[in-house]
Amino acid sequence: MLVYIARRIVYVIPIVISVALVCFLLVHITPGDPLVAVLPADASQELAAQLRTAYGFDRPLPVQFGLWMWRALHGDLGSSIATGRPVLSEVLRAVGNTVTLAIAAALIGFTLGLLFGLIAGYFRDTWVDKVATSIAIAGVSVPHYWLGMVLVIIFSVQLNWLPAVGAGPGGSGSWGWDWEHMKYLILPAITTSVIPMGIVTRTVRALTGDILSQDFVEALRAKGLRELDVFKHVIKNAAPTALAVMGLQLGYMLGGSILIETVFSWPGSGLLLNSAIFQRDLPLLQGTILVLALFFVALNLLVDIAQAAIDPRIKRG
Amino acid sequence: MTVMSDTALQAAPATKARGYWATVGRRISRDKVSMVCAFVLVLIFLSALCAPWLGLADPYQGSMIRRLRHIGTPNYPLGTDELGRDMLARLIYGGRLSLIIGILPVILAFMIGTSLGLVAGYVGGRLNTAIMRTIDVFYAFPSVLLAIAISGALGAGIVNSIVSLTIVFVPQITRVAESVTTGVRNMDFVEAARASGAGPFTIMRVHMLGNVLGPIFVYATGLISVSMILAAGLSFLGLGTKPPEPEWGLMLNTLRTAIYVNPWVAALPGVMIFAVSICFNLLSDGMRSAMDIRN
Repeated sequence: MLVYIARRIVYVIPIVISVALVCFLLVHITPGDPLVAVLPADASQELAAQLRTAYGFDRPLPVQFGLWMWRALHGDLGSSIATGRPVLSEVLRAVGNTVTLAIAAALIGFTLGLLFGLIAGYFRDTWVDKVATSIAIAGVSVPHYWLGMVLVIIFSVQLNWLPAVGAGPGGSGSWGWDWEHMKYLILPAITTSVIPMGIVTRTVRALTGDILSQDFVEALRAKGLRELDVFKHVIKNAAPTALAVMGLQLGYMLGGSILIETVFSWPGSGLLLNSAIFQRDLPLLQGTILVLALFFVALNLLVDIAQAAIDPRIKRG
Repeated sequence: MTVMSDTALQAAPATKARGYWATVGRRISRDKVSMVCAFVLVLIFLSALCAPWLGLADPYQGSMIRRLRHIGTPNYPLGTDELGRDMLARLIYGGRLSLIIGILPVILAFMIGTSLGLVAGYVGGRLNTAIMRTIDVFYAFPSVLLAIAISGALGAGIVNSIVSLTIVFVPQITRVAESVTTGVRNMDFVEAARASGAGPFTIMRVHMLGNVLGPIFVYATGLISVSMILAAGLSFLGLGTKPPEPEWGLMLNTLRTAIYVNPWVAALPGVMIFAVSICFNLLSDGMRSAMDIRN
């Protein structure tokens, strides 16, 4: 197992370096000068040159990349052009809120997805299956930012049950696990959960169907096992793949939260990314994307290891 | 003996097998869900294409005194938007840009990804490693994040949003194409083509392309659903189309302020995105089972 983990980690290193390179280059495919956002329109040539030297934009690209990587390794992602605060602390604070949202959404989406998937796979081609697969296909096809709007229309505008935007009565800074705060979490979490719900349902349904048609299930039934115990075997065999899919979905929820956070003004990494894009705050943009991508890579690594831990066959493959 | 061979000869024409694609076509035409989806899509496509000849109101012409009319108002069957423009006209005209920015990236990615995957899968070796490891880097980003990062860096605009979505989909299609190609590469008919002196380019084009295209095509059809949602999403954030152009994502964005006044009109553009997306998804599922491709 340790050898397997070590091998996976070694494999991840070039990925991490390439991810950093992509994030670094993002700023350099930007049309125009990266200083445009900080420079006043009537700035003199000298001031521009001074700032360019101060930010290191006058050095050759590979040198800039090297320096940027070196600082990043020491936890320094530069400071936000708009606020002047360190990028890393801004990003980490926002990521905390995104993690809260993603976990809540995962609880809803994965529970429903597993439930629907198992039932649909078990009662394949019955009406139960048809209902579950219809819900799943609607879940993966719905523009989730629109669903968010519709939920706000129903539950905030018409019924006035839940707040439409924000993350709590005390603004973005103070999150707590009480009802006053939870009220703000419900709509964004439901909205975020529909895609993972649909994908998990579809995956688990296909897995369950495949496993049930295998010979060993026939053998289990032939030796007189109760249906509930047969079901346990099905779950055990579906677990590694289902786990991998859920891990990936959790990563998508963390990294792809920008649309939903914009709809609900949820103060997470997506909203931060949104403001970084529109204020052309390039260090913040670069830093947020880097942190989110590294989260995603780390999560994938963890999923791989967990998968190998529950299914020894994977280690050999 | 002669009697037996006679009957065999007579029986032969009756059991003549249909071609593969004919079978697939026949199966899909019997699938009600796929046919309904195809019909809805054709309807949306045609109305977007023929919008100027449908006798609709001017989608750009607003009116300050007729803002945010409700659904069912006389002359405005679907109401008016926040600038008093006819919603029905804007939704139908909106299909033009929305469908282009949603579908074009998948078509471009289909062409680039299939070529890359075919070459990687057929040539194998170092070239395969080089192509597939580069592809892996893009898999280190969640696709929404990658799309937004690229178009955020490039700046708002239709072309930039098409470019960024194409970049997001190329790796996914390449992976599918590579794995299908690797599966076909060592089959006997490819070996036979090689033995009869066909060059690698001819083998890829004549013998392999037809055999790998089906699964890749089905995969790409499913991607259109994601692409429609993402493309409209980019416009929704303000990274795609610019006002006053009618486009579903952008319309959803500008109507967001109206949800307290006329909520259901504000939700209409999303219904269009949802309809197109779910139809492509169901159609992709229908084709998959008609072609008997496993997930």
